[in-house]
Amino acid sequence: MANLSVNVAGVDFKNPVIPASGVFGYGREYEELFPLSALGGIATKGTTLHMRPGNPAPRIAETPSGMINSVGLQNPGIDAFIEKELSNLLTKDTVILSNIAGSTAEECATVAEKLEHTDVHMIELNISCPNVKQGGAAFGVHCESAAAVTAAVRKATTKPLVVKLSPNVTDITEIARAVEAAGADALSLINTVLGMRIDINTHRPILKNNVGGMSGPAVFPLAVRMVWQVANAVKIPVIGMGGIDSGKAAIEMMMAGARAVQVGGAIFTDPYAPVRIIEEMNQWLDEHGVADINDIVGCVEPW
Amino acid sequence: MKYTKSIYPIIRKQILGKKFFLQEILCHDITEKAIPGQFVHILPEGFTLRRPISICDINKEKGSITIVYEVKQEGTEWIASRNVGDTLDVLGPLGRGFTMLPDAKKVVLVGGGIGNPPMLPLAKFYGERATVISGFRNAELVILQDEFVKAGADTILCTDDGSAGTKGFVTEPLKRLIEDGRVDAVFACGPKPMLKFVAAIADEADVFCEVSLEERMGCGIGACLVCACKLNQNGESRMGHVCKDGPVFSSKEVEW
Repeated sequence: MANLSVNVAGVDFKNPVIPASGVFGYGREYEELFPLSALGGIATKGTTLHMRPGNPAPRIAETPSGMINSVGLQNPGIDAFIEKELSNLLTKDTVILSNIAGSTAEECATVAEKLEHTDVHMIELNISCPNVKQGGAAFGVHCESAAAVTAAVRKATTKPLVVKLSPNVTDITEIARAVEAAGADALSLINTVLGMRIDINTHRPILKNNVGGMSGPAVFPLAVRMVWQVANAVKIPVIGMGGIDSGKAAIEMMMAGARAVQVGGAIFTDPYAPVRIIEEMNQWLDEHGVADINDIVGCVEPW
Repeated sequence: MKYTKSIYPIIRKQILGKKFFLQEILCHDITEKAIPGQFVHILPEGFTLRRPISICDINKEKGSITIVYEVKQEGTEWIASRNVGDTLDVLGPLGRGFTMLPDAKKVVLVGGGIGNPPMLPLAKFYGERATVISGFRNAELVILQDEFVKAGADTILCTDDGSAGTKGFVTEPLKRLIEDGRVDAVFACGPKPMLKFVAAIADEADVFCEVSLEERMGCGIGACLVCACKLNQNGESRMGHVCKDGPVFSSKEVEW
């Protein structure tokens, strides 16, 4: 059995597989199916300063080899998260990445400050949600605003800070470098790709928000390319995500340069996806005589 | 565990008219826990999202559930293509089911179109204490009437064009039954505009009423917050979720 443990920004993970923010809530529903301690970590549902009701339904639609969603950051607010969910999560023997978001840099910083006195292991700052009108992706598509919100949160927290990047940009490496310079300890990418589906019988978009974030195997090659580019552009570690649905896909993402991976939409297809992916990675490493998962990180040999 | 996910065999299949299909699935662990009004989340092979389908019959002795659904697009088309001996990837049982009222003397079950199948386990439970009002667009789409009769229930059939049963909406016979008195509860499933009228009629007469809602879903278990619906509980408005807070709701808690 190969060593699966990895270290991201000083935090030890027993394995590199983390359910992505949004699909996994706070873990309670999946605990019915498998112990959360089997996971490398959990990225919790994006949390803002105040409660957000989210967007009207429908919020999801199938797409070829994937889906688009537009939940709109529905969450109970950071105080309710800390009070009702965090302490429970921290007993689960897995790394907790608290995903946070906000409409302004100040709001993001305030949310991070509130987490400062908790035992949460890492903060994942979402500067890339495509489904909210203010903030969200608006931060993540310009170097200046991406750096400014990162710097504001950096000042507010001593926790390891992961910044989650948007793929909806011209050159993701520029944003990655700006965020690194502003004090991020790690990067996670990609968030969803902005997409749209139309019901041709009614002439209406399927999503009530008209547009939404696309994910699933359809975006996997795009994610691998961006992770590879970013991993080669920055010195801080990268957590890769976007369409990972198997152990082999996770291995590929790590070969592109990801130190750990997040699994999102695949959990809808198979609620056991994260634990299955861990098993499949293990099997692949054994079959290929790789003793340590860290040996394959960034091992791609480009032509 | 409240729900499980596994691969289960289809042991019976029936085509119920143009677009409706019936499949009986042998799944002891799901059947053991299932109650009327709950649903299962089925994965069509090669698709990313599962399809939520309500449970139409629960056979505890046999360890099987039956689903009846309408083929809408490619996903349900794939499920409908599976035959006896083939398997389905099923997650369930999911959601909050109907409140069972063993002491009720008279209940009315209202099904609109594909909202009829979830009424069958209730018809079986209440037997001759139940009156089923079924509404369909036309005679070609009528399903499950014999099954309701076999369960011992009275049936009232309505179609939009009058090609079977009475021409008109389900709300007219519902009003009549409630005016006649002694209705202890109304349970309904169907298109949202129909449910809104049913809820209004029951609420006005102060009759216990539960409705089963439908929404596009992600995880099906309450984690992803995709299947949002507006609720009003204890005077407070909030965004609930069909998969976990429902699909069955009190008529009074839905913000229409």
